[in-house]
Order: sequence, then structure tokens, then C-alpha cells
Amino acid sequence: MSFFSDDLDQFRVEVAGFIAEKCPQKLKDMPASDRTICWGGKRFNFSCDEQRIWMEEAAKVGLTAPRWPVEYGGAGLSRAQEKVFREEMAKSDAPSPLESFGLWMLGPALLAFGTHEQKLKYLPDITNGRIRWCQGYSEPGAGSDLANVQTKADDKGDHWIVNGQKIWTSYADKADWIFALIRTDRDAPKHKGISFMLIDMEADGVSTKPIKLISGSSPFCETFFDDVTVPKTDDEGNSRIVGELNRGWDVAKHLLTHEREMIGGGGSGAAGGILGGRSLGAFIDTLDDTLMEDPVIRAETMELEIDTLAMGMTMERYKDMAKQGGVGHASAMLKYSGTELNKRRYEILMSITGSEGVEWDGEHGTLAPEWLRTKANSIEGGTSEVMLDILSKRVLELPSA
Amino acid sequence: MVASLVPTEDEVMLRDAARGFLSESSPVTAFRANRDAGRTHDPALWKEMAQMGWTGVLLPEEAGGSDMGHRAAGILAEEMGEVLAASPFISTAVMAATALKGAANDRLAGIASGDAIYALALDEGSKHNPARTGMQAEKSGNAFRLTGRKVFVADGSAANRVLVLARTAGTEGEAQGLTLFDIDAARAGLTRSAKRTVDERDHAQLDFDAVEATGDDVVGEVDNGLAAVATALNAGRAALSAELLGVSAGAFGMTTAYLKERKQFGRTIGSFQALQHRAAHLFAEIEITASAIANAGRVLDEDPDNADIAVSIAKARATKTAKLAVSEGVQMHGGIGMTDEFDMGFFMKRARVGAEWLGDYGFHAARVAAARGF
Repeated sequence: MSFFSDDLDQFRVEVAGFIAEKCPQKLKDMPASDRTICWGGKRFNFSCDEQRIWMEEAAKVGLTAPRWPVEYGGAGLSRAQEKVFREEMAKSDAPSPLESFGLWMLGPALLAFGTHEQKLKYLPDITNGRIRWCQGYSEPGAGSDLANVQTKADDKGDHWIVNGQKIWTSYADKADWIFALIRTDRDAPKHKGISFMLIDMEADGVSTKPIKLISGSSPFCETFFDDVTVPKTDDEGNSRIVGELNRGWDVAKHLLTHEREMIGGGGSGAAGGILGGRSLGAFIDTLDDTLMEDPVIRAETMELEIDTLAMGMTMERYKDMAKQGGVGHASAMLKYSGTELNKRRYEILMSITGSEGVEWDGEHGTLAPEWLRTKANSIEGGTSEVMLDILSKRVLELPSA
Repeated sequence: MVASLVPTEDEVMLRDAARGFLSESSPVTAFRANRDAGRTHDPALWKEMAQMGWTGVLLPEEAGGSDMGHRAAGILAEEMGEVLAASPFISTAVMAATALKGAANDRLAGIASGDAIYALALDEGSKHNPARTGMQAEKSGNAFRLTGRKVFVADGSAANRVLVLARTAGTEGEAQGLTLFDIDAARAGLTRSAKRTVDERDHAQLDFDAVEATGDDVVGEVDNGLAAVATALNAGRAALSAELLGVSAGAFGMTTAYLKERKQFGRTIGSFQALQHRAAHLFAEIEITASAIANAGRVLDEDPDNADIAVSIAKARATKTAKLAVSEGVQMHGGIGMTDEFDMGFFMKRARVGAEWLGDYGFHAARVAAARGF
């Protein structure tokens, strides 16, 4: 039973009232650049008490996961209601109450492939922000060739023994649990011997090591599994594997499509970061006003603006298409074009800020790390070249070599 | 309620009907036959389009139209672009129909029936820039006398009506002081000279030597002609963008088909990753441009007075994408793409002319930049 009315107009009134009453004013007034993402989890340090309060209040009525069913901790909203909710959030400058890999990735995987009992066990902890998940996919020898994962689980009757190494695990050092692609049958063809396994990061033998990036930050880790015992079922009898044994690739593929659409979304210009929700023109206004007299900068900026706006329309059109039956492999286009566009945007931002932009601690101090970070956009979640492969084989149906 | 960017059922039906009709009546082979015969206009095809109701796509029902809107007009233009169907559709059924929206129904009925063919005489230099109109329309009593030259007038030879923008006040470069006239193409003092252009379509130079126009010929207000033609121009630009999207799709379709069939080194060339990635990149560009075109049609239908930016994004994207599609088309076809016997060159030449007509990339990029505050 939802906390909100089905009628759209009535819903708008209710949800606007909820945001007005429950989201602390301090959060609404905070400049976008000072906002930190609320990730949740056992070890999360809230940036302020208001951040915690907002997460908890939103979670009570399921609004940390608006579209998920109410019985699993969501708000059970329709697409139209969710749109209204987002509109009202934007109107009142309320920040997202919670973001996490649980909401983005594991939740959708469980909703699509999990049992009812698995959903009941894991999803509410995600929507309440109690458990923070990380994603264990890539390995040193399994990057673009993800199905080549070698981290293995040996069958020991009532439990598995897991050994191996994951890499590029986002925020593994801050996560409570990991969902990972683990080889459970080494004799099967590589796509057919992988399982989608849930592992407690506190288990003996799990360790993490942050990787320092060119941007100076360490959002990614190496994650090591050294004789880690993973029970086949938990105390309530729930399997630690999502979907069927050895069919984890199906789950992974489903999620990768999801991830690509999300990363591609960064290209639509709804850019956070240094722009902090401002248009490029508004940002340029804060800079040297002779800047746009440079013909090359002007031309590049104009072209970027056109492509950004057109990309935003494309995200909208693809969302509409998804509602009417899906976009299939064409979602690789969003990932490819969106990330390449975002890299271009940051090259131009560096160019227009000039010598100020290269200072780590200057007026535009957040820019250089953001610029460097964007270089990963066209690598993570499938490289641009893998996206082009998918488009040419699956959409254009060009022949294989 | 803002409309979805996905076509409605009616629009899907319209596209299917257009595709069916054009594949019968106007395949690329028909364009080639006209080109070989030196014909830039095909009156029989235009008559058929009128019978299909395409001339009335933007006209009210009282004037014999179907009033389906700009998105629908874009769908028709896109389908025509894909098979290179040459017609005065954009000049007449889109731009003139929009400019004359407030005119008497009998004038609009001429457009709906296909009897009236309009040309828009705007540009005087090698780049589109309506505000720079210098051609004089001298007031004499209740009338005007138009003197000057208009170039790159699309459909200027086939037209029997001309919408012409001339200066009744102010100086070249000023947005105010222009007036739009709707005159008979056979009026005394008007000389039309056909110009052969690379796309082999109807383009003409129009020389006005004291051509008489009366107050009845004025569209909109005297001295405010740019406003009278603004929405019509945007409508034309959006339809032309849609045509260029069709040109891109036509060239792309030929190219992917060729990649699946041509063999070299004992392999189908479409199996080479170097070519696959070029094709996939082009696919992505075409998809993004398609969104901009759907959006331009939507904005023209919902809020035509604020359509500048949406239209300019569409025209800029369409221009760039069509250039890429035809260049890649020739490159991936190799030598055969360079031959006159093969159709790819037709797409390349139409893309170039379409890039210039109604504003090139820079013209529209500047409009976007101005609207976006830099």
C-alpha cells in the first residue's frame, strides 16, 4: 500500500508537501558545489545531521527508491509519478536523499532475477541506506573482455571458497557488501560458468586497496579474495547467488545496459561538477569577458552547446522509446556519445579557464580533477570501442570477422 | 502537456504511406532520369503529392488542408530526402503555407490544390542572411516599386508565385524596415534566370526592375517583414533539416548494405573493425540529429514564436551529420562511390546545397550561442 495517492494532481500536492516539510531547509539552501552525495552504509560519515535526517525521512515513505515496490522498501510510484516527484524535488532544490550502487545496480538485478525472499532480505537495507554495496566485475585480466573473469569459487558442499582479485571496484573500501561475478564452473564455456554472487565485505580474507588516479582521488580499489568462505545459503535459507548458478552473465549483461544508460546521461549537460547546474553560458559569464573573442574557443564552445542540447533531446527520446518497448542494444549509442561529449565538454572548460583551470587549489579548484576524471568515462562500463562493436554487430548487423 | 519525441500512431502511418508512395513514384532512379533529361522540376510528381494531401499538411481544413503540423511535415520531408525526391514542398507547402497562414482561404486553397508553386526570394549574397536584405521597395503613392537582385532562389523557375523580402525603410543590416510581398511570378519587370546547381534542382536568380506591388501584395505589416517571414523561415529550416536527415539515412542505408555485400581480401568488408566503427559512429550521429529534428517539429507545433533555438540546433546538426554521412558513404564505397553511375554522389551534392540553403552551420550556431548567452 503506497503512502501516496494514485491521482497525479493529488500526488503532486502530497509529494510537494512532503518535500517542503521533511527536507531540511539547510540542504535546500546549500550551493550545489558544497553538496556531497549521501551514499549510506554502516560506515558512512554524513556531512551533516540534516543529510541523515533527509535520507531517513525519504526512506520511511520509500522515496529513496521511488519506482520499487512498496513491500521492498520503495514508494511504488508509476513513471508519471516519478517524473512529478523529480520535478517537485528540482523545484524546491532538494538534493537526492540517497544514491548508491545498491539503488542503481543490485536492486534492479534483484528485481529482475532475485527470488521474493532475496528481495525482502536485501532491498529494504538498500532503500534505508543501511547497507552500501559495491560492484565486483573487472579483473586485471578481464577488462573489455569481462566474461574472462577468473576469480573462482570452489564448491565445498554447504559453502564456497572464493579466491581471486577484482579491480576498479568503486568505493570497495567504504562498502559493506559486494555483488561480484565469480567463476563457479571452470570447465564450461566462459560465458556459461559465471555466477552473480553476494559477498559480505567483512568476511575473513576480503581486503581492499585504493588506487590513486591521475585526478588525485581514489574512488576505485583493488579487491582481493583470499580463501573467503561464502555460505551457499544464509540463515533464512536464501541463496547467495542471484539468478541461476552459472548464469550470472545474463544478470551482468542486463545490468551493463543499465549502467551504460546512466553513464551516458552525463553527456546531456545536466552536469554537476564545476557547472553546478549552470548553463555553459552562465559559467562563461563569470570568466574574463574577452574570452569569446577567441575565434577557436568560440567555435568549439558553440559546437559543444549544440551537441549538448541535442544529446539532451536524445536522452529524452530514448527514455520515451524505452517506455514504449525498449531501445535494446542502441543504448550503447548513449554511452558512447554521452561520454565522448562529456570529455569534450571538460577539454573546453579547461581551455576557457586557461591558466586558472590548471591550479589544484585555485578559484576553479574542482575543475582539474573533474577534467581528469572524465577520461575514464569512455573506459568504464565498456569502452567506446566496445560500444562501437556492439552497435555495429547488434544494431547495424554487420558481419563478424 | 509536452508531446513525446516518439512518433504518434498517425505519424507512423503517415511515414509508411509516404515511403510506399515515394518508392513507387519517386525512387532515386526517377531523379536520375530527370537529371539526365535536364529537368529540375517534375510537375506530375508535384500533382501526385498534392493528391496525397502533402501540399495541405500545414493548411487549415477550411482551405483544403489536413493541418497535421510541423512534425508531420518533417516526416514527409525526411522521406523525400531519403530517396532524393525533388519538389517545391519546402518552399510552397511549408514556408509559403506558414507565411500566408492569415491570408484568405482561396489563396491557401491554391497551395492545397498544388496549382500554386511558391518560391521565397530572400538572399542577395552567397550566404543566407535575411536581415542584410538591401533590395529596395520604393514607395510611390499607394504602391511599391521593387528593384534589385535575389540569388539562390529555390524553386525559382517552376514557381508561379514569389514571396520576396525587400527594404521599405532603414538600411542594409537592420532587422526593421523590411516588407514581405506576395506577387505573381509573371509580373512585368521580373526576370528569372535558371542557375544550374550541383544538386540538379531548381534554383534561379531573380532580377527585379521596378516591379510594381500594391498594398494588397503585402504579407504582414509594412516595415515589419522579417517578423512576417520569421516563423515561415523556421518552418522551412526545420523541414530542410528533416530532409537532410533523410539524405543522411539514405546514404547510410546504401553504405551499410554495401558493407554487407562487398568482398575484399576474401572477407566481407563490413567485418573489418575499421569500417564497423566508422559506420557505428555515423549511426550515433544520425540518432542524435533525429532527436533534434523531432524536437524542432514539436516546438514549432507547440510554441512557434519561441522556436529559434530548437530549429537552429536541428539545422546545425542536420548540416553536419549529412556532410559526415555522404563523405563516409563515398569513402566506404571506395572507387564506385566516385562514379556518376552510382547514386552516392547525388546524396553528396544535395547535402552540400542543403547545407547552404536557409542558413549554414555557422549561421545557426551563432543563433544558438546568442540564445544560450554567449
